[in-house]
This record gives sequence, C-alpha cells and structure tokens, in this order.
Amino acid sequence: MEIKKTVIAGTLESSDIQITLSPATGDNLEIELESDVLNQFGNQIKKVITETLQKFQITKVHVKAIDQGALDCVIRARTITAVQRALGQTEPAWEEL
Amino acid sequence: MKNSIGVELPENLMNQYHYQPFITTKLDYSEISRVAPVVRINTNQSKVVDSLIDLIKENVKDGMTISFHHHLREGDQIFNYVMQVIINLGIKDLTLAPSSLTNVMNEMVIKAIKAGTITNITSSGMRGTLGKAVSRGLLKNPVIFRSHGGRARAIATGKIKIDVAFLGVPNSDEMGNANGMSGKAVFGSMGYALIDARYANRVVLLTDNLVDYPNTPASINQTQVDYVVKVDQVGDPTKIGSGATRFTKDPKELKIAQMINEVIVSSPYFKEGFSFQTGSGGAALAVTRYLRQAMLKRKIKSSFALGGITNSTIELLNEGLVNKIMDVQDFDQIAATSMRDNKNQQEIDASWYADPFNKGAMVTKLDVVILSALQVDTSFNVNVLSGSDGIIRGAIGGHQDAATAKLTIISAPLTRGRIATIVPKMTSISTPGASVDVVVTEYGIAINPQRQDLISYISKIPGIPLYSINELAQKAVDIVGEAQLPEYFNRPVGLVEYRDGTLIDVINQVKI
Repeated sequence: MEIKKTVIAGTLESSDIQITLSPATGDNLEIELESDVLNQFGNQIKKVITETLQKFQITKVHVKAIDQGALDCVIRARTITAVQRALGQTEPAWEEL
Repeated sequence: MKNSIGVELPENLMNQYHYQPFITTKLDYSEISRVAPVVRINTNQSKVVDSLIDLIKENVKDGMTISFHHHLREGDQIFNYVMQVIINLGIKDLTLAPSSLTNVMNEMVIKAIKAGTITNITSSGMRGTLGKAVSRGLLKNPVIFRSHGGRARAIATGKIKIDVAFLGVPNSDEMGNANGMSGKAVFGSMGYALIDARYANRVVLLTDNLVDYPNTPASINQTQVDYVVKVDQVGDPTKIGSGATRFTKDPKELKIAQMINEVIVSSPYFKEGFSFQTGSGGAALAVTRYLRQAMLKRKIKSSFALGGITNSTIELLNEGLVNKIMDVQDFDQIAATSMRDNKNQQEIDASWYADPFNKGAMVTKLDVVILSALQVDTSFNVNVLSGSDGIIRGAIGGHQDAATAKLTIISAPLTRGRIATIVPKMTSISTPGASVDVVVTEYGIAINPQRQDLISYISKIPGIPLYSINELAQKAVDIVGEAQLPEYFNRPVGLVEYRDGTLIDVINQVKI
C-alpha cells in the first residue's frame, strides 16, 4: 500500500515525535530523521517506525520524523495516528495498539 | 597500564605527561613542595596602564601559559577582549589555563586554536561548541581536566606555571587592591582567581571601576599585582548570575530533593554543628529549603555551608541556622553582595576550599554534600564531563573534591528525556565511586555497598524505595531502551586528572 496525501501527527514538544507522511518519491519506505538522540537511538527510532508501517502494509511512503527524545511507545502511537489519518480511518486500529 | 577503576591508560601518554595511574581517594601524609612566582619589583606610584596592547607585547611571549578566572560566568567580557588582542599580535603556542571556560568564551577559544595562538588547554571543563570541537579533534594536544582543588594543587606545585594572569575585577585602586564585592560587575567571592594572583609571574587586573586608594577590603592586594588596566566593561551584570536563584517547580526535581532530605536527616551526620555543600542544581537547591524545615523542627544548627553559594544559603545564615558560610564562589547577586555586609560569609580561595595538597582543606571537614551527575555507572563512579554521545559538555568543578565528604549524595534523574543517567558504562569517569555513598533518583535510591552503615539507617525510612545500583540501571533501560554507545578514534582529546594529580580517565576523539 502507498500513502497518497500528506498528514502530520505529533508535536515538537520534548519527549514527543512529529511524524509527517507524504507520497514517496521512489518505490520504498523513505525515512528522514532529525533527533537530539540520533547517535544513541537513531537506528531504534527508524526500526519502530518501519515496523509500525509494515503492520499497516505500507510499503511506499516518505516519512519525515522530528524527534525530541520520544520513547518507543510514543513513536509507535504517533506513527499509527499518522497512518490512520492518511488512510482516512477514524476508528482506532485496536489490533495495532 | 590500568588504574584502580580498571581504565586502560596508554603507556606512551603516561610517560609523556609523567602521570601515575589513579589508585585511591585517600591522601597520605607525604610532603610536597610549593613553588614561588617570579616577582618583578615595582615602586611605581600607580600601576594603571593605558595600552593593553603594549602590555601584552611586553609580557606575553610564544609558548607561555596565560590564565583567566570564570567568576563572571556567561557575562564575562574580559576573556574575549584580551584573547583578541593576543591573536592580533600573532603570538603562538600558548597554554590556556583558566579556572574554567564558559559558553561566552567558546568562539574565541576556537578562533585562537585555529590561529595557532592556543595549542594547549587545562580547564575544569568546557561546553557547547568548544566541547564539541575539541571532542572532534580540533586541538592537537589533549585538554587536561582538573577539579578546582586539583587546579590549586597543580598551580601550587608548579605543574601549571602561569606566566601572565588576566583577572577581571569589579573594582580596583591604582595599585591593584581589589575585591569582587562592589561595582557594576559584582560577583562576590573571587576564590578561584586568588590562586592565580598568588602564583602567576605577572598579574594583570582589568577593571571598569577605578576607586580611591587604598581600596579595602582587598581580596587581591597590591603586593601581587603588576598592572591595572581600565576597560569599558568587565562583565554584563545580567549574565554573571541571576538576581536570586529560584527554586525549582519541576515535580521530578522536588521529589528527588525530598528524598535527599530524608536521607540526610535520617543519617547520623544530621546533628548540631553539621556542615554541608549543596551546589546550584535544581534539586540541590530545593534540598536547602527542606533542610531548613528539618533544622527548625529538630532545633539543629549547621556550623558551616561550603562551596558555591546562592541566596537560599544566605537566608539560612541570616536566620541563624548556619553559623558561617565558607564562600569560594557566588551564583547570584544576593549571595555576591551579601559577602560585603556579613562577616560570617568568609571568602575562601580554591586551595582553602579543596586543594588536596595543603595542610587541611575545608572539604576534609565537610559532612554532607549533594552533587549532580551526567552519568553514574554501576560501580558508583560519576561522569560530569561528557554526554552519552561522548562529547565534552561539562566541568569537574569541585565534584571530585567535595565528594570526599562523609556523606556524598549524587542527585540524578533516572532518565533525562530519552537519555539514561544510571548506566552500565559511562563515556568518561570524573569522580571515583569510592567517594560516592548514595545515588538518589526520582524512582528511588541506591547505596554504595561499601557503606553498610548507611544502609541500616536508610532502609528504616518509610516511603523511600531502596534498590541496588544495577536495578536502577535496569529500570532506566526498561524505560528508554538500549542506547548505542559512541564510537571513538584511538586519539586522546582529554586527560582527566583526579584531584591528587593521578590519571583517572582518558577521553578519546568521537567519530561523529
């Protein structure tokens, strides 16, 4: 599945992460990550975002993530919200939570 | 070669810098010799000179060591002014030996390194852009990090030989009698600068406030001073220190402060005449407020408060709950100006405060100290110098020195954002775990197993969760996840001395 519109979830407050999904320029998942803890947790943040997108079978999307030290649970929650907004789902995806 | 903490110390470095490995926090009764400065006899009727440029041309030569103090903190306007003149004159290969470096000095230090003006640095610490640049290898030779007591020791024993000291003061007369207590750039105690004034070969005072001769009280006096230079402004008073240090409202810090207070008042050290040092961290300051309540309730008075002073310590003095303040530096305007009016607020120099190689520093009489940490490891060692990314962003300050107190409490949130504070392995070691007794986090506390006596007191306090330090480290990982450790080049950018001059750690260049 691919994402065809631009959506945002999350804020720039500390311990939050802002996830912006937009149509991909290539054929893959593209993740552009800014983070204060890039050196310590960069790989982990990308892994959580990727795994969450995979649960929704999203294979083609551009992700811009601005992280302010969010924990994994927050990253997952913001990513799910962004995906649901992009897909126009209004009911919580309980099986993903 | 390994030191007693298990840090591998490169043999060639040890030989090149004549270092012994760190062994113990205990001091013995060995004898040392102090050095004396070169004194140029002066019978001038005034030492005021107009041209800083001529003065520097005459006195600062390639390869020399120059020093500054950091009492003006982020308001300092002396360092950048003097360094720019030195860079312009094309002087090379200097050793910079300030008591510490603040952010306002960073760009000028970087500029001076790039110009070849500065090729060696020794400091209590460094932060911001300078810390980052040095961590990435800007300076060829490693920076030597020393505590405030360690610096006093190194200067007194000649390890640091200051050729010219440039000292900003808020007042001076024409002969160099000066203090930190009045004027526009008032900063109170000039405890760190007093060492430079005593041991430097040439002492230059820079002031924006020439007063009538003779100026008293004289913290630095005319027997020590070669030149007095009039400048437009010594410092920006709004950035030297806040008007009054405010208490934290952060619930996490308040919770830590409450627990620290419980630990102190439940310990055998909380009795009539106890002494303490709190520093200026958010939680540490709040402890002062809780301690005050406990002192009133139990009708206990403190004999002295030590170290960096804030208005909350002054309040205790004015209330009669603290008999004396032994003051090496002041963090706010109230503390700085109070020294002028209160004879019980004694200015002390860095040696009196914390020098391990004298006939008795104040820290040896210290009962309770609350110190902060960037990281604490599972052997209770503390890092106050480098971040979890390996980049230098702090200062030893009086940490190593005050940690020798009878009850040393480290105040540290378990996590800061996504960064764990209690970790299995730190990016560098500043203070050995042997001198650390209790670690207090918002989740609970851990007591150094070597202090079984404290465990028996503290385990009786209701509502204070007691953990092992390993359990706290695990708790932190459970919350934030496993952080990637920084990668390093095999190239030292920082040497961390213990207060006695032995080598406790080596900081290498980071690969980021």
